Formats: sequence, C-alpha cells, structure tokens
Amino acid sequence: MRIVVCIKRVPEATEALLRIDPSGKKLSEDNLTFGMNETDSYALEEALLVKERVGGSVTLVTVGPEAAEEVLRMGLAKGADEALRIAPVGVEEADPALVAQLLAAEIRPMGPELILTGCMASDDGSAQVGVYLAELLGMPHLSLVVGMEVSSTGEVTARRELEGGVLEEYRVRLPAVFTIQSGINTPRYASILGIRRAASKPLRVAAPPTGEKMLEVRQLAFPPAGKKAEILQGSPAEAAEQIASLLRSRALL
Amino acid sequence: MDFQLSADQKLVQEMVREFAQKELKPMAATIDQTQQFPWESLKKMAKLGLLGMIVPEEYGGGGMDFISLAVAIEEISRVCASTGVITAVNNSLVAYPILTFGNEEQKRTYLPLLCSGQKIGAFALTEPVAGSDVAGMQSSARRDGNYYVLNGAKRFITNGGEAGVYVVFAYTAPALRHKGISAFIVERGYAGFTVGKHEETMGIRATANCELMFEDCKIPVENLLGQEGDGFKIAMHTLDVSRIDIGAQAVGLAQGCLDEALRYSRERRQFGEPIANFQFIQGMLAQMATSIDAARLLVYRAAWLKDSGAKRFSVEASMAKFFASEVAVECARKAVQIHGGYGYSREFAVERMYRDAKVMEIYEGTSQVQSLVIARGLLGA
Repeated sequence: MRIVVCIKRVPEATEALLRIDPSGKKLSEDNLTFGMNETDSYALEEALLVKERVGGSVTLVTVGPEAAEEVLRMGLAKGADEALRIAPVGVEEADPALVAQLLAAEIRPMGPELILTGCMASDDGSAQVGVYLAELLGMPHLSLVVGMEVSSTGEVTARRELEGGVLEEYRVRLPAVFTIQSGINTPRYASILGIRRAASKPLRVAAPPTGEKMLEVRQLAFPPAGKKAEILQGSPAEAAEQIASLLRSRALL
Repeated sequence: MDFQLSADQKLVQEMVREFAQKELKPMAATIDQTQQFPWESLKKMAKLGLLGMIVPEEYGGGGMDFISLAVAIEEISRVCASTGVITAVNNSLVAYPILTFGNEEQKRTYLPLLCSGQKIGAFALTEPVAGSDVAGMQSSARRDGNYYVLNGAKRFITNGGEAGVYVVFAYTAPALRHKGISAFIVERGYAGFTVGKHEETMGIRATANCELMFEDCKIPVENLLGQEGDGFKIAMHTLDVSRIDIGAQAVGLAQGCLDEALRYSRERRQFGEPIANFQFIQGMLAQMATSIDAARLLVYRAAWLKDSGAKRFSVEASMAKFFASEVAVECARKAVQIHGGYGYSREFAVERMYRDAKVMEIYEGTSQVQSLVIARGLLGA
C-alpha cells in the first residue's frame, strides 16, 4: 500500500518563553527548539504500522524551509522510505489553503491509497490542511481518527471519537485522507541504526511556483494582562488549600 | 572550524532527549531511592541501539562516532546520572576495549551480548587498596593449563552487582610492575567469582555498585584480552576514551541542573515577583550557562579528536573530564541554592543531582589524577 504522511516542523512551545518577531506576524525563532508536530508523529506511526501489516511504502511530505528537513530525517530514521520537501518559490508564510494546494499538486501524481496527517498543528492550530487536501484530491476524509484497521482488500475501518467518548465507526474505500488524533498509538523512537540508514534514503526537494493564499496574518500579540487573574502566594500546600477553597466557594467542587 | 553537530548527530540528540525526558526522567527519583538497577530502561535503550553505539553493526552495534555517544550520554545524564554512567560503562569501558583489543572470537562472543543488553558490562580495575595507584593492585592470575586462576578483590565496581561480562585486571607477572598486569574477560557464573556487598553510596545509587571477589576463579585462556602484560596499556587507553563520556555525563547533569534552576526561578515568587528577576539569581544562572557551554565544548573537542583518528588525546580527555566534573558539582550546588529550602528536600530533583555530581570528580580518575595527566602533557614528562 502506498501511504503518504504529511508532517510539519513546529516549535516546541510548552516550556519555552515565546517572543514575537519584529515583523509582528510570527514568533521569533530565537531560543526555540523545533520538532515534528505531535499529532503528525502519531500519523507517521500509524502509517508505519499499516506498512508493517500489509506491506507497501511510506512517503513523507512537508512544506517548509530547509530547516524543515530535520523532521523529514527523523521520520526517515523511524522507518519511512522517502521524503519530499516542498519549498514554494517566493513564499515566506503559507496559509492552510496554500499548503494544501502545494501538497495536492505533489501528492496527486504519486497515486497514494492512503494519506495520513495529524489532526492539527500545534503552532497555528488551524486543523484545515487535511480537510482541504482531501477536497482538492476528491477523496473521502475522516478527521480526528482514533483507531483504524486496514483489510487485505483495501478497505479501512476507522473510528472517530465524538463528545462524551462516543465512538463513530466508518468503513472507508481507499484512497482516502485521515487526520489522526493523538493517542491512537504509541509513536516509536528512531533507533541508532535507523538514524544511520536514514542518511541514504531519498530526500527530494520540489520548488514549485507559489499558489493562491486565502488568509493573511495581520498581527500576532499577547493578550493584555487581565485584572481578573489571581496569583496565589505561599507554599504548594498553602496554594493548594487556597485553590480548593476558591473552587468550593464558586460551587465548582 | 564548525561548531555544529552533523545532521545524524542532531538526530541522535533529538531522539535520546525525547526518550530520556519521557522514559527515564519519571524513574530517576525512584531508582535513586530504591537503588534499583534500571533493567527495564536498559532493555528499551538496547532496542534503540544505545548500549553499543560505537560498536560496528557487524557485532550488533550502532556504528556511530564518539561525538554521538557523548551527546547521548549527555542527554541521558541530564535527567538520570545513574542511567548515564551505566550506559557510559557498557559502551566505553567494556565494549570499547573488547572491540579495540579483543580478537575476532572475543568480539563475536561478547559484543552482541553487550549491545543487545542481554548482558551488561562492568570494568573491574579499582581495588580496596589500589585506586589512583593502579599498579598497587593485589589481584593476581597464574596460568594453569588452559586456564588462568584469578585471586583478589575489586571494589566500587559500577554495574558490578548486575553485570554479566566483566573486564578484570590482575597481575600475571608482579615483578614487572605495571608491565606485568593483564586484562581478562570474565563472565558472571565462573566458579570462584562472587559478588560481594552492595555499596551504600551518596549518589548514582542505581548503578549496582558492588565489591567483587575472586577465589581461585578459573578463566579460560582464550579470555585473556590482548597479550599477557597488556593490561595497564589497555586500562589507560580505555580510560582516556571513557573520560570523554564521564565529561559528557557531567555536562548532562549540569545542564539538567540549569533546566531545573531556570524553571524554578521563573515560577518561585518572593517579594511579589519571580526570583528570576533578581540579579543574584541571574548571576548564578549566567555562570552556570557559561561554564556548561565551556565544558561541553571541551567534551566535544575530545570526542572529535578521538573520531578524527588522533593517536594522542589523553590531555584533552582529561581536561574535559576534569573541568566538566567540577562544573557539574558547582552547577548542582548553585541549583540547590536557587531552590533554597526546597532544593534541600527530596521532593526536588536538584537534591539528587547534587549527590550524583560529586562522584564525577572521583571515578575514572580523580581531579588530581586528571591534573597529573594534564601537567605531564605540559611538562613533557
């Protein structure tokens, strides 16, 4: 089975001190570390599991600058077979529509049966690329997939999680696009041998002319400090007591 | 000159960092308290290829360079110094001398076991009365037909209580002093070999640090490593290499201390603001960051020399180990200080890190022995 996985390099922002770039339109990359978007790494793992079960190949695709090759290399080290970086000419920041168009143009001729990507990028949180890509390729699409099995006849049974933990199950004829929710599997670590082998796997760069953007970021800003936030003082035990009494006083406990 | 890691080295760094943060960090406090050898973690690490990184693929290893090994040990030690030194010992104190001085059969027999984690390695040089003075060792082995018969005791042996393969040093010709020392590969289970008491140590408490006893222990002659009399040379060359990794362990621990100190100083509020706003705290953080960077550069330089095929790198390896281990102790001290009373409590990782740091100035050559090596280099002695 020919599988394509779309991945994105994102800043690891949970513990980082974020600063806004002087342009006011993006984050400053100084002092940030980058890695594969979390849900994309679940999508890659799912692709590798399918490949191990039914055979085939896994192709990684990303849109981004040269530094984005880091995440492609890590994906190759984990077991993907080949990688493609799309570096559109004259584009600084692509919006989801443009990313999807660029991906669709490169992926269509590959003739994949299954396209997986994370349900949402942790940096912009737009969750649009997978849906958009499916539309452009004319393929069925399931979002927020939390479980899937591929049959030998090329049918996929996939489950989505709804509010309150209700599972919705579909049978999908391929080719199809799924956006994968975190927790669907346990992503593997690359091994030392995998890292060494990755160096000899094909990593191609495509530089197509740019496409059409539909969104433009106007400004990035931190919200003004509110007056409603209350900072609790004291030892962890004292702070915990204050939180408990606050929650109780507001009938939240 | 290029101060960047290569693409592969960066991948190793990213992979080990993620693995260490997710899999090792949550265990670190527990294995320190229980002194439990981290077998479960080591099995996972073996699958990733971290136990035999510098061993060629044909012997079951990862075939990586020494910079990658240093980077891996640094990331592991950033969250768990015990697991860091266990990894360093298996790679550079046991697999490395077997790879470098062993014959083909020894390599085929022992390296796959060490790389796969089926057996962990230990390096048995130190004795109750012989530490820095290696030639003062009392252990001896005499040839008896197809065997060497080994008698003696070893002390403070990292991995000693849990290892399956030991590189053991003993005199085969005491009259020749250091030229009469030989090295042997000894398996757990050989008759006459027993593991003695488990040391109650201040730090790196999960490393099965034990005493070893040999009473008429019969070692097959084919387990002589190198030739008779090569032992001292093997020990010294191996220590040159492994000191790079103790340097890496120290850099990792120091970086872990800075990680903890940075996080805590942003969160902890006194006098109405985060303590990171205070210049005394900022000064300590800046000193930590600067000395860690200097130590890291020394460690990577020594590893780079080894990778580039340099014959002599003892001085650079000693400088890296000497400086980095003192940086580790100093950074741990500052990290505890920044944490104040909480830093003295077992609830916070820096308390363990302070205890773990001290041994780095002692094992694999004390700071004084490193100074001796460096001074001999300077004075041409």
